[in-house]
Amino acid sequence: MSWVAVAIAAWLGGWAANVRLVRRPGRLTRALVPAIFGAALLVMWEGLVRGFNVPAVILPAPSMISGAFAAGLPVLWADFVQTVIRSVLPGYAMGCGAAFVTAVAIDRSPFLQRGLLPMGNLAAALPIVGIAPIMVMWFGFDWQSKAAVVVVMCFFPMLVNTIEGLRMAEPMQRDLMRTYAAGYWQTLWKLRLPAAGPFIFNGLKICTTLALIGAIVAEFFGTPVVGMGFRISTEIGRMALDMVWAEIAVAALAGSAFYGCVTLVERTVTHWHPSIRG
Amino acid sequence: MRSVLPIATICLAIVAVWYVGAVFLNAKWERDQAARAGVGIGWAEIVPATMSQERPVLPAPHQVAVEIWKTTAEKRITSKRSLVYHGWITLSATLLGFVMGVGLGILLAVGIVHNRAMDLSAMPWVISSQTIPILAIAPMIIVVLYNIGISGLVAKAAISAYLSFFPVAVGMVKGLRAPDDMQLDLMRTYNASAWQVFWKLRWPSSLPYLFASLKVAIAIALVGAIIGELPTGSQGGFGARMLNGSYYGQVLIIWSALFGAAICAALMVGAVGLAQRAVLGRTGQMR
Repeated sequence: MSWVAVAIAAWLGGWAANVRLVRRPGRLTRALVPAIFGAALLVMWEGLVRGFNVPAVILPAPSMISGAFAAGLPVLWADFVQTVIRSVLPGYAMGCGAAFVTAVAIDRSPFLQRGLLPMGNLAAALPIVGIAPIMVMWFGFDWQSKAAVVVVMCFFPMLVNTIEGLRMAEPMQRDLMRTYAAGYWQTLWKLRLPAAGPFIFNGLKICTTLALIGAIVAEFFGTPVVGMGFRISTEIGRMALDMVWAEIAVAALAGSAFYGCVTLVERTVTHWHPSIRG
Repeated sequence: MRSVLPIATICLAIVAVWYVGAVFLNAKWERDQAARAGVGIGWAEIVPATMSQERPVLPAPHQVAVEIWKTTAEKRITSKRSLVYHGWITLSATLLGFVMGVGLGILLAVGIVHNRAMDLSAMPWVISSQTIPILAIAPMIIVVLYNIGISGLVAKAAISAYLSFFPVAVGMVKGLRAPDDMQLDLMRTYNASAWQVFWKLRWPSSLPYLFASLKVAIAIALVGAIIGELPTGSQGGFGARMLNGSYYGQVLIIWSALFGAAICAALMVGAVGLAQRAVLGRTGQMR
């Protein structure tokens, strides 16, 4: 029972520390408080699993998971390359690129915009991952089918956001460009695309998570014997839950890193926007 | 209403592209068949033949429509072949999970808004958890819950709840913080208690945010329930239909399940939209 006591003590100690810390606001507090919270959660998890002898097929302890992570590093790396580098990144680039080009292409036609915006909004609510089995049938088991799912999943959120963003330039600003005798492309390049920046990056950020989900779920429907989705489904079959959790940790790290990269680019490109300046 | 014509045009264009795609993608099989039989075949024969293949690469729209009609209207809804039967299995898990997830999300948001320690501790984790492909762990949750004796409806609902929890929590924190200092000060001058501030100011002004999050949450809850049906075998539901169709190469089953799910999603988001109109219309927050 001493492990349970450790768990409870970690939780109470972490909470007490946080309650004290938040009285002194500052930068350090903002970084420290969530870190303490996360650490307390991990210690409590470890303590409860050990204290109550929870079987590993239900919930492995964090120490077991990190052990599986370290031991399975080559396998995890191969899965990461197959899923993220081969499927997600090409699919993400193609899907977002195609949506961006489509949005710019239909930009001159209000008619098409009025038709496509509601359709895009509707498509964003549809369970698009369901096309995964169809794509696997069409493009085979390898990365092509996963990339195809990712393309379709990224397309609509990106399209809707880009169309919305291209409307952001104000009439006054457009008139100014007219008085400069700027052509359509100059106006697009120098005024409207920069003004659309926050929306475009919002779409890009939404798509990072969607792309990873699409690729992993598509792998549940058939893959070569490598990939994060494949590993998750087979290791569940073998009841090796520590490996599954290690794979989830990889997915979480990859997802956060991907999101973080896009956010970094956003900060440099749209540095003028109030949400970043402030 | 002026957008009816553009939307109709886009829909027609999609159907047209779909038909053309069906002809070209399915033509190869017809040619192979003709070559095997040793007869020449022209476009005049290929085009109608591609519309009615048993296992097409891409089924024509009317084939999908006929399949949906056959499996909804012409089957008893208790039959295992009825799409309504499978739809109800998925939908019940979705709705149960949605209600649980929304309840928990609102509770967490209330806690975060009223407790500064909780805000600084939990909020960064809630936000960064949005960047994690949570759906990937759905099969694991199913297996784990099965091991401790929970299976079927509740297990799938747990996934839906987990997924719909985050958008609601994030949206509600934003919404409950929407009243500005001026309004909060006014409540102070009225000597309002925290309870009154919550019910008379924070809650009403969070409603627009709540409904926006609810739309996201119900869509993702449906996706969660479908993914949750993948590892449970073939007990039923849209996800099980899709998996069966993909195992046995029954393209029409996949497509009809896909469209069934899409129709359910559209109906549920539409229902939330109607509730939004009704509620926000009465509170005068309709934009």
